[in-house]
Amino acid sequence: MDGINVVELTIVIVLFLLVTVLGFAASRWRRAEDLMHLDEWGLGGRSFGSWITWFLLGGDLYTAYTFVAVPALMFGAGAAGFFAVPYTIIIYPLVFLVVIRLWSVSHVRGFVTPADFVRSRFDSPTLALLVAITGIVATMPYIALQLVGIEAILKAMGVEGDLPLIVAFVILAIYTYNSGLRAPALIAVVKDTLIYLTIIVAVIVIPSKLGGWDAIFGAAEKKFSTGAGVILPATGQLGYATLALGSALALFLYPHSITGVLAASNRDTLKRNMSALPIYSLALGLIALLGYMAIAAGTKPIGTDGNTIVPVLFQQMFPSWFAGIGFAAIGIGALVPAAIMSIAAANLFTRNIYKEYLRKDATSQQEAKVAKIASLVVKLGAVLAILGLNPQFSIDLQLIGGVIILQTMPSVALGLYTRWLHRGGLIAGWVAGMAAGLLMVYDIPKLNPDGTVARQHFGGSSFALSKLGFDTRSAVYAGLLALLVNLVVALVVTAILRAMKVDDGVDGTAVSDYTAEREDPTVRDLPDPLASAPPGLDGTVRGRT
Amino acid sequence: MSIASTPPGRPVTDEVAPQRSDRSPWNWLLLVPIVVVLLVPLYNRVEPTLFGWPFFYWMQLAFVALGVATTSIVYRMTRRSPAEQQAARDAITRDADAGRRED
Repeated sequence: MDGINVVELTIVIVLFLLVTVLGFAASRWRRAEDLMHLDEWGLGGRSFGSWITWFLLGGDLYTAYTFVAVPALMFGAGAAGFFAVPYTIIIYPLVFLVVIRLWSVSHVRGFVTPADFVRSRFDSPTLALLVAITGIVATMPYIALQLVGIEAILKAMGVEGDLPLIVAFVILAIYTYNSGLRAPALIAVVKDTLIYLTIIVAVIVIPSKLGGWDAIFGAAEKKFSTGAGVILPATGQLGYATLALGSALALFLYPHSITGVLAASNRDTLKRNMSALPIYSLALGLIALLGYMAIAAGTKPIGTDGNTIVPVLFQQMFPSWFAGIGFAAIGIGALVPAAIMSIAAANLFTRNIYKEYLRKDATSQQEAKVAKIASLVVKLGAVLAILGLNPQFSIDLQLIGGVIILQTMPSVALGLYTRWLHRGGLIAGWVAGMAAGLLMVYDIPKLNPDGTVARQHFGGSSFALSKLGFDTRSAVYAGLLALLVNLVVALVVTAILRAMKVDDGVDGTAVSDYTAEREDPTVRDLPDPLASAPPGLDGTVRGRT
Repeated sequence: MSIASTPPGRPVTDEVAPQRSDRSPWNWLLLVPIVVVLLVPLYNRVEPTLFGWPFFYWMQLAFVALGVATTSIVYRMTRRSPAEQQAARDAITRDADAGRRED
């Protein structure tokens, strides 16, 4: 490490200050009539138009960690790392119809979290509690991972110590507390401008410096020549497809994705976004190839931290001032999802644990206050986790997070279509799926690059089928297998409970709720004038007077 | 306006939403990109290359366009009438105005 790069650091700090000001200004932007209601604080008044929804969901789903880790994976593992592209292609057709039903029923019944829906649909606070806990547990390491992204750029700039990381998160915590979902929505616009600018420049400048795409793929081919080169080995194809499918099924079960979806102003906004969001997938595909560019450029990670590959590559290829812009894009990119995730986790705690079990008669003011404090606690937990634990631990936890969040699929996603599954069956399925999933990931060893075992347990999410007695070297995504167990148990237990005529509760929703449109009298009109012009256009800053 | 924090499960009004259906034969189109993308052997090869990119990579980026095309077609074919869409926009404006008056 040869000291701090002043130019890069200055640019990052200036851009960071800019978004901090934006974050605070956001509370005045399209101000809610009463920021102290949970709906207002946590869902931004639930009314974002197509553009803001695009930026918000884009910032929410394609996190800074993705932008750092996917190229790092390509750098280390080759073609298998490209799974992020099929993963983000199949998400949108997969959830196209599903999220719209969720939007409608939530806006008729006032649901803020997936657990709210499950509670009402299946008349089961227990099932809702399981969904809420799963959501919180799966989200926490995801927030911590965003810090891994920030850490990577700090390391590359030569900044030592934990203080900058803490400062970044304190600022994030304060403006989320202050502005709710509006802050990440506004900051996402800046983040995306920087990200797209960086990528476009990177895919033009870097290949020309390295001698073209032939040279880049040639270098990767050479590096992975002992395996299948730049494509997947025959035994890797099943794992690739199941990981893409499983990750896609999991993504919209994460509470932070649902928070983003519910903030859309109407069904058409969401449908249009399902067609427009894949632009990010295109960007992600190009970002993934930064990993191969790093191979061709002979980039060496800092220490053993593979996540520093992209920052170091930028430093090699760009003048300092532009590397600084790229770093700021990654750093700010971490703040957007971290903010939404902490809001989503806080909502789950407040509505489905605090209000349900701890204080049933909480007023809406108390609810909003608890949600704000919970979001601070969640972020504090993430900072402590990063400072106190090995970052690798967060990465492992996040892999497990994907496996466990998938276990809420039968209640949340299938629940939007059918109530045939009995609440008892769903609980049994959740327990079985969770147990199977954890057992499988426990049983996956972590391998060194040379094939020796580095660690016995929790080494990934790719489960060898040979362990189940199949005569093959293929592996599948553990989360998908666990989901299969979950579904089978849910079906069998439901059949038994139905045969025994066990009461399955009262459905708190109506068939027509799932297709309700914005103009229907049942859909809540929210007091927030969100559909009006962006700040400055009408010449006044609206606030309470 | 404290309706925003009504407990889950209680509708705001006693009125019910009109019965609609979100079924359409067009929805089946959504399966196309999902199935194609999951058939890995279909594109797991190097030749033919395009601008130096192996098939595996440029084809998957091309599938992004396939996904966009199918969701766009389904959206257009199942789109509501202009009058209904206008009603939704009016509802947003109306609620916005109501919010402004209360400021």
